Amino acid sequence: MDFAFTPEQEELRAQARDFLTMHPEPSWQELADLGWTGVSVAEEHGGAGLGFLEEAILFEEMGRALTHAPYWSTVAVVLPALPPDLQGEVARGEASWALATGPLLADLDSVTRIAVPGGDSIWELEGAAREVLQTNDVTRPLGVVSGGEYGRVLASSELMPQLRTRSLAALALEACGVGARALELAIDYAKERHQFGKPIGTYQAISHPLAQTLMEVELGRSLALFAAWCIAVGDERGPIAAVSAKALCADAAVAACERSIQVHGGIGFTWEHVLHRLYKRALWIQAWEASGAQLRSEVAAYLLDGEGGE
Amino acid sequence: MDLRDTPDEAQFRSELCAWLEANVPDELRGHRGGESRYTDDAVRTWSRSLYEAGYIGLTWPKEYGGGGKPYSYQAIFLEELARAEAPQHLGVIGLGMAGPTIIACGTEAHKARYLQPLLSAHEIWCQGFSEPDAGSDLSAVRTSARLEDGHFVIDGQKVWSSYAHIADWCILLTRSDPESQRHAGLTYLIVDMKAPGVEVRPLRQITGEAEFNEIFFSGVEVPVENVLGEIGGGWQVAMTTLLHERGTLGFALVAALEVMISKLVGLARDRGASPVQRDAIAREWIELQAVRYTALRSLSALMKTGIPGPEGSILKQQWSEAAQRVTKLALELLGPDAQLLGENAPYGGYWQHMQLRSRGNTIEAGTTEVLRNIIAERVLGLPRSR
Repeated sequence: MDFAFTPEQEELRAQARDFLTMHPEPSWQELADLGWTGVSVAEEHGGAGLGFLEEAILFEEMGRALTHAPYWSTVAVVLPALPPDLQGEVARGEASWALATGPLLADLDSVTRIAVPGGDSIWELEGAAREVLQTNDVTRPLGVVSGGEYGRVLASSELMPQLRTRSLAALALEACGVGARALELAIDYAKERHQFGKPIGTYQAISHPLAQTLMEVELGRSLALFAAWCIAVGDERGPIAAVSAKALCADAAVAACERSIQVHGGIGFTWEHVLHRLYKRALWIQAWEASGAQLRSEVAAYLLDGEGGE
Repeated sequence: MDLRDTPDEAQFRSELCAWLEANVPDELRGHRGGESRYTDDAVRTWSRSLYEAGYIGLTWPKEYGGGGKPYSYQAIFLEELARAEAPQHLGVIGLGMAGPTIIACGTEAHKARYLQPLLSAHEIWCQGFSEPDAGSDLSAVRTSARLEDGHFVIDGQKVWSSYAHIADWCILLTRSDPESQRHAGLTYLIVDMKAPGVEVRPLRQITGEAEFNEIFFSGVEVPVENVLGEIGGGWQVAMTTLLHERGTLGFALVAALEVMISKLVGLARDRGASPVQRDAIAREWIELQAVRYTALRSLSALMKTGIPGPEGSILKQQWSEAAQRVTKLALELLGPDAQLLGENAPYGGYWQHMQLRSRGNTIEAGTTEVLRNIIAERVLGLPRSR
């Protein structure tokens, strides 16, 4: 049993932390040049031939940095549904994708192509009109598509549950990054801000909610990494782990942002401070696909109905 | 990262499961702990058979009778022991606290004298740390140790001491310098519980059982060679003990919670659950998975550094609060039946007992409030509140 990342994986995280801090709005080509869009694409198609654990590191770091790029839409949600030649295009930075699973699509401001499930296949949707809508989290705008027609068949629709598992796990990982950064901001502030002659972090009314936040963020991160590992090795617990992780991590990230705003006082409530942007990403993640309560009802059905899980 | 057992770990696990299946006495399966774990000769016999089968002291150095194995083996052992609902070894305090402290801070003579009988459950240990006026603030201990003619003379009172009424030895934190304050001037001693002047009085607790005790020391003589660490350096030794108390406990706690939650799921299947209760059950199951993989993450860190990290505080706190929520949820599912005791109590009174017992979980081995201070100060790096 070993829950540690390899030195190469740690190096990828350090590289991502550095780059994304400097470049919050990277171009798709920049991400491709770093090798990130093709992390899991086979080497013969221009990728790195690695897996979901390496992608997991990038999801977490992009959540932390509030990266504005269609990385989650493309790599988490669509990539495994693409035939090798189209995966190669993604690896080279020539294409990015969104999957139309409901009326609202994410990253419609930036993706170059759209996939859509229909009947027993997943298709490319060609020639559709797009409208990007005003969205709470400006780094991940939602939009709608209309018209268009089915183009090339990309994959069997039997792949949809697998895509959902990847999507939920990746969102959980992003949420871990968001929550961890909101907590770090609160800790820094609690150390430097003085009231009544002491740093406010001295007071247990401040420090104990932050200790609670650390626990929630770290517990969530353990589960999100477990889900990522399941996906990477094809463990059968992947789907329920991803559902569980998304429910837990999104709620933890929202709570982390809310406590951080409270600890910051008035400054945390201002538009200039980064906290509201972290908070809006956390709320976006919480809202996407299924709420915590909806996901927990899936877990309850798994545990209590039919054959049952455990 | 590979969360599967290595081939060697898998073999160890399957041999252990087969051994438990064949050897856990029926009357001890599902043993709830509590008072009978001390009085039952069967528990002592069971502890010895665990030792003879080579499952006790798995990670301890071989020269002291241990198995010399990585920490993952101890994790597997605790996990499978809890899953089999077999009672723990009787020497919990010795294995988790006294033994690791002796290994870290003791002399070769201490190691040669104390470790093997501790492993084999021939000698039982208790802990003398808390006092009536020194609870969360352990540095307020007043029990005095006066050096006279090559031995210490102990006077004072300790409290909340599990196993004291059956213990052979006590790890005792004393104030050896009467002029000293707080962390200075403390000395950590190994005390013979059969020595003249030691008196143990059991304390009856919320469940009706007497699991812990008061210990009174009146002029008890302790040889000077029974000091662990330096005279006056007892605080550092005590911190070593507490680090191990929380550090190696994680897996046992997770496995105990896993057993409890699987019983909760069974209860909900038997009796039905409302949508709100289903949501609460799912929440507990999800958090259990999170705690389980946090324990695994902290195990990986422990295997790298050899020293338990502050994650132990996270696990202990999360487990204790989960145990309180889960048992309450179970009572809610049972309805008025949950108020019945004895023969009429559903599931043998398991939930009634566990619910009351769980109130102690957020107090024993570091209160939730103290653990939050530890996390705030040592993990988050916030300024001390005291």
